Amino acid sequence: MPSLRISQLALLGLATGIFSGLFGVGGGIVLVPLLVLWAGFDERRAAATSLLAIVIAASAGAATQLIYGNVHFVAALTVGLPAIGGVLIGTWLQQRVPVALVQLMFSVLLVGVAVLVVLK
Amino acid sequence: MIALAIVIGVVAGVLSGMFGIGGGILLVPALALVLGLDHVEAEATSLLAIIPVAAVGAWRQKGYGNLDVRSGLTIGVFAAVAAVVGVALVNVLPVHLVRYGFAALMVYVAWRMATSAIKQLRADDESAVPGGN
Repeated sequence: MPSLRISQLALLGLATGIFSGLFGVGGGIVLVPLLVLWAGFDERRAAATSLLAIVIAASAGAATQLIYGNVHFVAALTVGLPAIGGVLIGTWLQQRVPVALVQLMFSVLLVGVAVLVVLK
Repeated sequence: MIALAIVIGVVAGVLSGMFGIGGGILLVPALALVLGLDHVEAEATSLLAIIPVAAVGAWRQKGYGNLDVRSGLTIGVFAAVAAVVGVALVNVLPVHLVRYGFAALMVYVAWRMATSAIKQLRADDESAVPGGN
């Protein structure tokens, strides 16, 4: 697995954080296309890397929000526990769908998010 | 209403695993519109809910041999710091104007990803034709 230089990783992280903070979109929506088009990752590696980056970034964000008292734990469990089941299905499924097809579906998702950004 | 929130949670998780996103795109509306949280609470709660989801997804991807831990961690740390800058910039920049540019950029990126995906799918098709390759 070819690995990126620290400067490239930093650039990817900075671009992801700034765009997602600025426009209120999730980090993955920014990072996955950067990894695919700029870093040459396939969809599976891009998704894997993105998920781990999200763990770090979401933890920092959630910690701040906990201090402000904006987090509802019961509501988080209500959607979060089923989502854990879902992510097991999603990652399993992703290994069985051709990477190019996942990439094509991702591009549809991107257009959807672009529409949401305009409507917001 | 709880049942609907659970179903949306599952779908958000599937999208998360399939595409490597957090799933906030569905979790935030579910928390706000279905469970009645206000917008700030919904975004905050979604961030917390996403952590274990993304962690489990990353762990599975590690098992499938797709994850370079160093890359993910490094990008994540820089993204966490830069997100604070991004949020602060919202108050300084005319974001409502930049938004349209960003949306247009996303559509362009979607186009680039789609064309490269279609090219790959065509190449796979041709190599699958008996005697074709």
